[in-house]
Amino acid sequence: MSEYLVQFNNISKFFGKVIALKDVTMKLKKGEIMCLLGDNGAGKSTLIKTLAGVHKPDEGEIIFEDQKIVFDSPRDALDIGIGTVYQDLALVSLMSVTRNFFMGREPQKGLPFFRTFDIEKANTIAAERMGQIGIDVRDPSQAVGTMSGGERQCLAISRAIYFGAKVLVLDEPTSALGVHQASMVLKYIVKAASQGLAVILITHNVHHAYPVGNSFTVLNRGKSMGTFQKKDISREKLLSMMAGGEELDKLEVELKEMDRIENN
Amino acid sequence: MSVKSESIQSKKDSGQDERLKKISPFRVLLNRPELGALGGSILVFIFFGIVAGDTGMFSAYGTLNFLDVSANLGIIAIAAAMLMIGGEFDLSIGSMIGFAGICIAIPAIYWGWPLWTSIIFAFAMAVLIGYFNGIMVVKTGLPSFIVTLAMLFILRGATLAITRLITGRTQVPGLRVLIEDDPIAWLFATDTFQWLFTWLGSMKLIALRTDGTPLATGIPPSVIWFIALTLFATWILMKTRYGNWIFASGGDKVGATNVGVPVGRVKISLFIGTAVASTIFACIQVLDAGSADTMRGTLKELEAIAAAVVGGCLLTGGYGSAIGAALGAIIFGTVSMGIFYTDVDTDWFKVFLGAMMLIAVVFNNYIRKKVTETK
Repeated sequence: MSEYLVQFNNISKFFGKVIALKDVTMKLKKGEIMCLLGDNGAGKSTLIKTLAGVHKPDEGEIIFEDQKIVFDSPRDALDIGIGTVYQDLALVSLMSVTRNFFMGREPQKGLPFFRTFDIEKANTIAAERMGQIGIDVRDPSQAVGTMSGGERQCLAISRAIYFGAKVLVLDEPTSALGVHQASMVLKYIVKAASQGLAVILITHNVHHAYPVGNSFTVLNRGKSMGTFQKKDISREKLLSMMAGGEELDKLEVELKEMDRIENN
Repeated sequence: MSVKSESIQSKKDSGQDERLKKISPFRVLLNRPELGALGGSILVFIFFGIVAGDTGMFSAYGTLNFLDVSANLGIIAIAAAMLMIGGEFDLSIGSMIGFAGICIAIPAIYWGWPLWTSIIFAFAMAVLIGYFNGIMVVKTGLPSFIVTLAMLFILRGATLAITRLITGRTQVPGLRVLIEDDPIAWLFATDTFQWLFTWLGSMKLIALRTDGTPLATGIPPSVIWFIALTLFATWILMKTRYGNWIFASGGDKVGATNVGVPVGRVKISLFIGTAVASTIFACIQVLDAGSADTMRGTLKELEAIAAAVVGGCLLTGGYGSAIGAALGAIIFGTVSMGIFYTDVDTDWFKVFLGAMMLIAVVFNNYIRKKVTETK
């Protein structure tokens, strides 16, 4: 058994002539949080969809628990334990916490043809699970729309874990959140990892990624610029690697230039 | 059940978040989609109780009369409501009623089929047409409004053309004699609880004809179907996995797909549901009248949608209830019949219908904001 829970080796994905991903490699151990950093257009979305089984990689292999895996559908990825939480969270705000938690995988009881959705059991589990994160759902039949952004994110993550995710793929979980809400979500991510899950955290926010990540993979224009352990790289270095760095340097120079012209 | 509520209770009491207000029972009620329709129907009954209380509107005969009208509308309104919760519309309901009517009448009268086979034939056609509507919407991604609007014209036109081609007329009479001894037709044509009405009549508790039989002979089949469908639809929506999928498909198609809900299959089945409900409506009316008319059901799709909206369905999908739609149908049915018992000109009914719908939409919109308001 190798030390890695899941390995994505030399993944490439092409759309016609466009090279969306080229030779991206990521390896994760249990309990590790890997942050995938990249600016807009770096290929993050394509990579997520490849991990989630939506796209089939054109090159490369996915190895999960020492076995080579080929996904034919998102369901396959889900079944072996890769749980993806998309940016839109797949939550319906008009539906209750419980109905969202079990959406598509409702527990049932009763005889064939008269099977009913076991709502009592579902309510209990949903309230219990949310309680473990420290979110007190007073009433699991309340609409998700009444929850805060951070709580919704935690609900979506908690749902993925409950349904057997061993690898969590999180797409920009903190992007729309304020500082307090974001830290609540990040705390929960760390807690999930400490229970033995491998987490791939996709973000363009280094300030959110750096405190929680064990390793960092930087993606730029479809290519990986390498994976770095936390001890080997500083926050500033990461930031400048995300292509944003150069751009920002350039911007600074240009601003100075403008300043100079105006002063003359 | 009790264990669960206790554990949640204790969490509440431990006061994890002191900013949270306790939710009043009133707010819980306010969160139910059928609240508006419930209030509306109570108001309607109070109004007619005062205005028409002594006119015979609420006699056994009068009550069954407005219940029959409500029930007929209710049968299609419930199916329309379920489809709306699933995020789609069906504008072909009215045309489907006309089409189903001649699917029963022409084979039975002109081709010599037994009545029951032509009834089954009509239901088979309904499933086919519902499936076609559904697959068109799901596969093309076109708005169901457009797809079913096209079906509205196609079906009405085909009904008229086929009937005239085969019969040379636009009406097919002569069905009444076929109902007796038919193994299926009684499902749509029998008044139930006749013994009760006979007994009530013999006790002189309800109005009698001059020959001594009661004026109201039994509960019309529409009412039984209406009650059964309301219960069935409510059970599906609230108590089954498929019900949860309906809410999910209408609430957020992409999200539901991502967590494994078969959104396409759910929507197709709901379109089949509206077509089948239209056919139930057609069976009851055609067998009651003894004839099929090509124009039967005209504008019924809009009344069904109106009843569903008054019943709390959101036009955007994902929210609503079958009981709400049933109450919406009762409001419309009661007013459309009750207006005869008042001094108001019946021409005003449509004005009422429109105003009622407008109020309902404004109210529902407000409720949705309440339900989804963030902290």
